[in-house]
Amino acid sequence: MRAAVITFPGSNCDRDLAVALAAVLGRPTERVWHGETVLPKVDLVAVPGGFSYGDYLRCGAIASRSPIMAAVRRHAGSGGYLLGICNGFQVLTEAGLLPGALIRNASLKFVCRHVRVRVETGASPFTGGYAPGAELSLPVAHHDGNYVIDPDGLVRLEDEGRVAFRYLDNPNGSLNDIAGVLSVNKRVLGMMPHPERAIEPALGSSDGRALFDSLLEELV
Amino acid sequence: MAVTADLLAKHGLTADDLGRIEAILGREPTLVELGIFSVMWSEHCSYKSSRSHLGKFPTEAPWVVQGPGENAGVVDIGDGKVCVFKMESHNHPSFIEPYQGAATGVGGILRDVFTMGARPIALLNALRFGDPAHPRTRHLVEGVVAGIGGYGNCVGVPTVGGECTFHTAYNGNILVNAMAVGVADADKIFYAKAEGIGNPVLYVGAKTGRDGIHGATMASAEFSESRAAERPTVQVGDPFTEKLLIEACLELMAGDVIVAIQDMGAAGLTSSSFEMASRGGCGIEMVLDAVPMRESGMTPYEIMLSESQERMLMVARAGREAEAMAVVAKWELDCAVVGRVTDTGRMVLTWQGEVVADVPVAPVAGASPVLDRPYVETPPPVPLPNADPQKIGSADKLLLQIMGLPDIASKRWIFEQYDHMVMADTVLLPGAGDAAVVRIHGSHRGLAATTDCTPRYCQGDPYQGGMQAVAEAWRNLTAVGAKPLAITNCLNFGNPERPRIMGQLVGCIEGMAAACKALDFPVVSGNVSLYNETDGRAILPTPNVGGVGLVADIDRLVGMRFADAGLALILVGEGQGWLGGSLLWQQVLGRDDGAPPPVRLAEERRNGDLVRGAIEAGLIEACHDLADGGLAVAVAEMCLTSGIGAVVTVPREAPAAIAWLFGEDQARYLLAVAAANEVGVLQRLQRGGAVARIIGRTGGDALTLGDAPAISLEALRARSEGWLPGYMGSSPEPG
Repeated sequence: MRAAVITFPGSNCDRDLAVALAAVLGRPTERVWHGETVLPKVDLVAVPGGFSYGDYLRCGAIASRSPIMAAVRRHAGSGGYLLGICNGFQVLTEAGLLPGALIRNASLKFVCRHVRVRVETGASPFTGGYAPGAELSLPVAHHDGNYVIDPDGLVRLEDEGRVAFRYLDNPNGSLNDIAGVLSVNKRVLGMMPHPERAIEPALGSSDGRALFDSLLEELV
Repeated sequence: MAVTADLLAKHGLTADDLGRIEAILGREPTLVELGIFSVMWSEHCSYKSSRSHLGKFPTEAPWVVQGPGENAGVVDIGDGKVCVFKMESHNHPSFIEPYQGAATGVGGILRDVFTMGARPIALLNALRFGDPAHPRTRHLVEGVVAGIGGYGNCVGVPTVGGECTFHTAYNGNILVNAMAVGVADADKIFYAKAEGIGNPVLYVGAKTGRDGIHGATMASAEFSESRAAERPTVQVGDPFTEKLLIEACLELMAGDVIVAIQDMGAAGLTSSSFEMASRGGCGIEMVLDAVPMRESGMTPYEIMLSESQERMLMVARAGREAEAMAVVAKWELDCAVVGRVTDTGRMVLTWQGEVVADVPVAPVAGASPVLDRPYVETPPPVPLPNADPQKIGSADKLLLQIMGLPDIASKRWIFEQYDHMVMADTVLLPGAGDAAVVRIHGSHRGLAATTDCTPRYCQGDPYQGGMQAVAEAWRNLTAVGAKPLAITNCLNFGNPERPRIMGQLVGCIEGMAAACKALDFPVVSGNVSLYNETDGRAILPTPNVGGVGLVADIDRLVGMRFADAGLALILVGEGQGWLGGSLLWQQVLGRDDGAPPPVRLAEERRNGDLVRGAIEAGLIEACHDLADGGLAVAVAEMCLTSGIGAVVTVPREAPAAIAWLFGEDQARYLLAVAAANEVGVLQRLQRGGAVARIIGRTGGDALTLGDAPAISLEALRARSEGWLPGYMGSSPEPG
C-alpha cells in the first residue's frame, strides 16, 4: 500500500502523519506540495492537520481551493482512499468531499488533551481493525472541531452508519458527539482526533495505530 | 537638524550620550542616526546596567558549543546534534496588549532559535501575573494564554511547559518570558556574522510596517498607567507567516547559499544589520528603498526602527541571490536584495539616492556605555525562631487550602489551550513530571526542559533565591532522569537606577553563578529585562531560569505518576522543617518574616546525582522534587497524577509535624519505589551519603498525613483543578 501526504502552507502535522504512515506501512510516504496538480500513484491520500493559510478565513476554506485539490477530488471520485485529520477534516468538508462543517469549539477555546472516543462502525476500511464499540484514547488539538450538519444530513449519517467515531467526553460541542465521519462509499474519512499522535506507547497511547493497520489490511 | 533636549528625551538619551554620539560621528547626528543610537544604546539592546555583572556567570563546559553573545546558546547533545535554546521577555507589550504581546514574544524567541539553523521543537513560558483579585488580572491571563496558544499552535511547535504564579507586585507589570528549544545538526549551525566583501544582504519575510517603532526604548523605561495607552508600539504577530519563514529559512540553510543570518527582533533592521556587521568586523551599505514595505509614505527613520514581526536579514553568497529568492518565493514570502557587505566598517544607509546615515559600526554596536550602577545589598533576613506551627491547624485542612492556592492549583486550564503534542515527540506531557520531555526526532533520546524561579525567596534573600532558581531547574531535570546540560535565563527586575533594585540584581546574579558553577550547569544565553516598575512599584526580583537536560533513553525517564499501590515512598534529603519564606508561612499565614531556605550546593549535587543514577538504573517508578509546599504538596501532586492515594508517617524524631510536612528545605526528592527495590535503593542512596528514608506507602483513594484525618483524592482534585477554571469563569471540566 502506498500513501501520500499533502502539505499546504501552514500545515503542521504533515511530517507527523508521514512518519506515522511510514512506520505502519513500512515504506516511505510520498510528500505532495499543494501547488502541484497531479498526485503520485498512491492508494491513500492524507490531508494533515495544521493551520493551512493561517486559518485566517474559515478553517480549511482557502486550502480546499488549492491547485492539488482538483486531483484529490478525482482520486476520491474514482474510489480512492482519502483521510483528513483535524485541519484536513476541515479542508475535506470545505471541499464538499464530506458533509457538514466544523465550527468554533463550544468553549470558544483551543483544546488539547487525550479524549476517549468510541468506534461506531467496523464496516469501513479505516475501522475494520477495531473491535466494534472499542473505546480509544486519542489526542485532540483544535480550536474549531465542533461538528455541525443539517438535521436531514445528520439522520442520513446516522442511518447509513457513517459516523466512524463518537466522543465519550465531547471536548468541543459536536452534534451527537461526532468525532469522525465517512463518505457514502466509506472510503473518505474525516476526523478531529489525531491517530498519528497515538501510534506508540511512548506518546501516551497506541490506539490510533489500528486505523492505519486497517487500511493496510484492506489494501494488501 | 537641531537636536533639542525634547528630541533627546523622546529617544531616551541624555546630554552625555549626545556628546558621545557627536564624538563618534564628528558632527551632529541625523534623525535616522539619532534613532539608531537610541535603540542600540537602550538598556534592552545594550545591557548597559547589567553587563558588568553578567560576566560573573560561568559560560563554559566541554559540551558548550556557543555561549552568550549569539542569538541563542548551543550545547552538544551527541550523535552529531546540538540543542539551541534561549529565553526572552516580552513583559511591557504583554501588559499593554496581552494577546499580541505574548504572541509576538513567542514569535521572537522562535526566530532566535531557527536563525541558528535549528528546528524549534519545544516552547515554554514563565508567566507572573498580579493579584487574582486585581481587576485587570483575569483579562491579562485570558489574553496572554490565548496569545501564546494562538501563535505556538499555529506554527506547530509544541508548548510543553512553564510556570504561572500570581503576586500583587506584578499588578502593574506582568512578566511574560518565553523560551524556545531547537535541535540542529552540529555541522550546520549558522551564526549572525556578516562575511565576504561584496556579498548581497537579503531581506526575507513579512513586509515592514509602522508597528513596534521604539519597542526597545519602551522596554527600557519605567512604566506608568498613562503609558499603558501606548498601544501603537506593540507589534502584531502573524504565526502563519512565521511558519512559512521557519520552513523557508531551514530549507535555505540546508544548502550552501547563506553565509550569515539574523532575525529582526527588538530594534528591527537597525539591530540586525549592526549586529551582523559588528560580529563580522565589516561594513554594510543598504538601500532602504529596496525594503519591502507594507504601507506607503514610510520614512527611512520608520523603516530602520520598525519592529514588524517575522522578518530576517541574511548575507548570501554573491551570485547566488536567485537561488535564495526561488526558495523564499516557494514559501510565498517577500525577498529582496537590500544591500551589500563592505570593508569600510561603516553602516551607510541611502534613501532616494541620498545618504541618510553613515555611522561606524563598532562604536554603535560594541561601545555602548557600560554603567557601574551603585547598589546596596538586601539586608540578610533573620531566620525564624523555632515556631510552633502546630497551633495553625491540622495538616489535612492546610493541605486542602494550599492545593487551591493560585500558585499551586493545577494549570490545566492553561496548558490544554496549548498544542503540547504537535510534532508527535512529546514523551512527558505537561503536568506529568517535573520537566517536559520531547524526543529528539527519529531517535530514542530526549531533551528535558523546565523553567524555574521562586521570586518570594529572591525578595527575601537575592543570593539564596538566585541559587535556588538554578538548583530547582537542575533538580527538575534530574527528577525525570535527565542529565542537566545548561541554562538560559531571563533576569526581570525593577529600575536599576535605584541602588536597592540594583542590589537585588547583583545578589541574584551572584547566587545563580555560584549554583551554576557547583552544578556544572553553565549559562549559554539570556536576556535582561529591567525597569519592571509601574508608578514606582517594583516587581519581585524574578530571575527566571530555563534549564535543558538530556535523557539518554526515553524508556528510562520517569514522571510523577506511580502505577501501583504498595510502593515505598522514599524521601531523599534532610528536612529540618524550614518554614521561612514558605508557601505555608507567606500565603496561608500571611507572614513575610524569616529567611528563605538556604541552598546547600554540595548536598544538592550529591542528592541529585544519586537520584539520577537510581533512575538511570531503572530502580525508580516515579520521582518528584520537593518545592513549593514541601513534602505534603509533593506527595499530593503525585497522588493526583497517579489516581492512587498514599499514607505518610511522620517520623517520631521529626520537628513539629506541620513544619516537617510543609517546610521547604532544598535538595530533596520524593521517590516511589517497588517493594523489591526499596532496600537496594535506600542502601544506594545512603552509601552515597544522602539522607534517605521510607516515609510512607502508596495505595487507596485517599492521602493520609501523619495523625491528621485522611483526605480523599476527590476532595484534593476538586481543590487543585477547581481554582483556575473557577477564577476564569468557566466550570471545572469533568474527569
